[in-house]
Amino acid sequence: METLRIDLDHGLRSFRLALTLGIGGETVALVGPSGAGKSSLLRAVAGLLRPESGSIALGDETWLDTARGVMLPPERRRVGFVFQEYALFPHLDVLGNVAFGARDRRAAGELLARLHIGELARARPADISGGERQRVALARALAREPDVLLLDEPLSALDMHTRGAVRAELHDLLVGLGLPTMLVTHDFEDAATLADRVGVLVDGRILQLGTPSELVAAPSDAFVASFAGANVLGGIARVGRAGLTEVTLDGGGTVLTTDPGFGRVAVAIYPWEISLSLEPPDDSAVNHLRAPVASLVSLGNRVRVRIGPVTAEVTDSSATRLGLREGLPVVASFKATGARLLPFA
Amino acid sequence: MRLTAFGVALAAATTVALSFLLIPIVAIFVELSLDELVAGLTSDVALDALRVTVETNLTAMGLIVVFGTPTAYLLATRSFRGRSLVVTLVELPLVLPPAVAGLGLLAAFGRFELLGRGLSAVGVDVAFTKLAVVLAVTYVASPFYVRTAIAAFEAVDPDLVAASRTLGAGPARTFARVALPLAAGGLGAGLALAFARGLGEFGATIMFAGSLQGVTQTLSLAVYQEFDVDFENALAIGALLLIVSALVLFTAKLVPAWRRFGSTSITASAPSVSR
Repeated sequence: METLRIDLDHGLRSFRLALTLGIGGETVALVGPSGAGKSSLLRAVAGLLRPESGSIALGDETWLDTARGVMLPPERRRVGFVFQEYALFPHLDVLGNVAFGARDRRAAGELLARLHIGELARARPADISGGERQRVALARALAREPDVLLLDEPLSALDMHTRGAVRAELHDLLVGLGLPTMLVTHDFEDAATLADRVGVLVDGRILQLGTPSELVAAPSDAFVASFAGANVLGGIARVGRAGLTEVTLDGGGTVLTTDPGFGRVAVAIYPWEISLSLEPPDDSAVNHLRAPVASLVSLGNRVRVRIGPVTAEVTDSSATRLGLREGLPVVASFKATGARLLPFA
Repeated sequence: MRLTAFGVALAAATTVALSFLLIPIVAIFVELSLDELVAGLTSDVALDALRVTVETNLTAMGLIVVFGTPTAYLLATRSFRGRSLVVTLVELPLVLPPAVAGLGLLAAFGRFELLGRGLSAVGVDVAFTKLAVVLAVTYVASPFYVRTAIAAFEAVDPDLVAASRTLGAGPARTFARVALPLAAGGLGAGLALAFARGLGEFGATIMFAGSLQGVTQTLSLAVYQEFDVDFENALAIGALLLIVSALVLFTAKLVPAWRRFGSTSITASAPSVSR
């Protein structure tokens, strides 16, 4: 498997897209706030955007080298690009779309069958569902026999119900292909399911690059923690009792943490680190917060509970045991080791 | 709707406006019996004019499509310094008085003028020939096509063009297989408008090509000549022009509706395959 090497420096609206990235036969998810340069990066790799300076190479094949004046046009880079809104050709039927970049129509038909959309061959893109369109877009990109896959928010146009199923299929497909794949997403669950590594892109720079579990375990800043699902609270840290750090939260109250810190900080607490009870517990969980339940959302065998400024995640059985309902005053507790201090983003 | 003074005033003004538009059209048919219509349309003058009109307009439309389509695509898809100046130049014939356009063409292609001298030397005379009619029609009618074509190409989703490129199609193939079919409705509408303008062309043609029966005399010019000689003939030719123009206008209104790519539309551009 060839490695895709990217080294770019390109001015966007208010910042520069400046990064170096190497991608082997793996899927790298690019996450980050809107306008951070994720789509621009994909377009630069595809040849749809000409970067001011930098180089892009797949193995020993140079796609871009501004120093030597090399810029291969998109049609000469073997990329499979899945656009955010899929960009299916409205004047061609499904087979026509997939055959557009395919070796021949037989190959296109085989791809349709492989993605279980053979019966849609004669349908127009306007007449099929979002999930079906996503598969057509994927089939069309694969028909090109790409060496690199670029997926720009491939799941964002889908409703929640379709999304889970399509995500699982996409995962199996990507694993089977083993191509260098870049995937833009806003959703941590998408990134965690689909990607081997996750790159957090903020203002054109890679803030953190690691496996999904590395990001959860050691988020580099408040944005990454919040993206990975943590509660992030701003506050002022100072030295507290028993060698702990005491953070006075912006919204009132204090949090004790084992992490050292001083001054402006962000406190990150994952929902699964928070336990709920009706009375303050008498154990080492030093942080307590008493507030009424603001909302309850069931997630299969777990329940997401909103209490004051934080969200906790508890098992279905403990929610039942506590008799949780909206408005019920409860105590949310978490250990000093469960509260991480991060630089305030 | 409640009857208000304002509502009545609006309705009255609209009635006057519509009547004013319709009266001359109705008058042509009222003044003309069916026998006179048939006689007028089968006269030598009318038949010659029809032949000249069809030949010159079809040639002019061919020129407009062949040169106007790439021009419109370039202006719609490239940004460069002076682009808006070029677009203004393309639209110039819209506001230029046709007589001035004809005068300009004569000054350029007349036998003793700028380009005409060179062409004359190799045995090609342009002014007062059928070619002059073609050039006059092309000159005045082209902006109707090019303007609409620019808008049609601009309306093509840039992501579709990008998708085509990533699927291995170069710029030319992308133009032919994506931009052109998607803009086809707009191009057809623009061509219909240009054709309507070409049919009515008078000022530039009479200046540059004259009004020679069977050579440069189009239907519009024939109306003017027959109006002195045989008023019924002029009315008959006028009626023919009117019907053709109305058909062209309806076509122009209908064509863009075909652009909605539903399940039943545009099968011609879809590749057929049996699998």
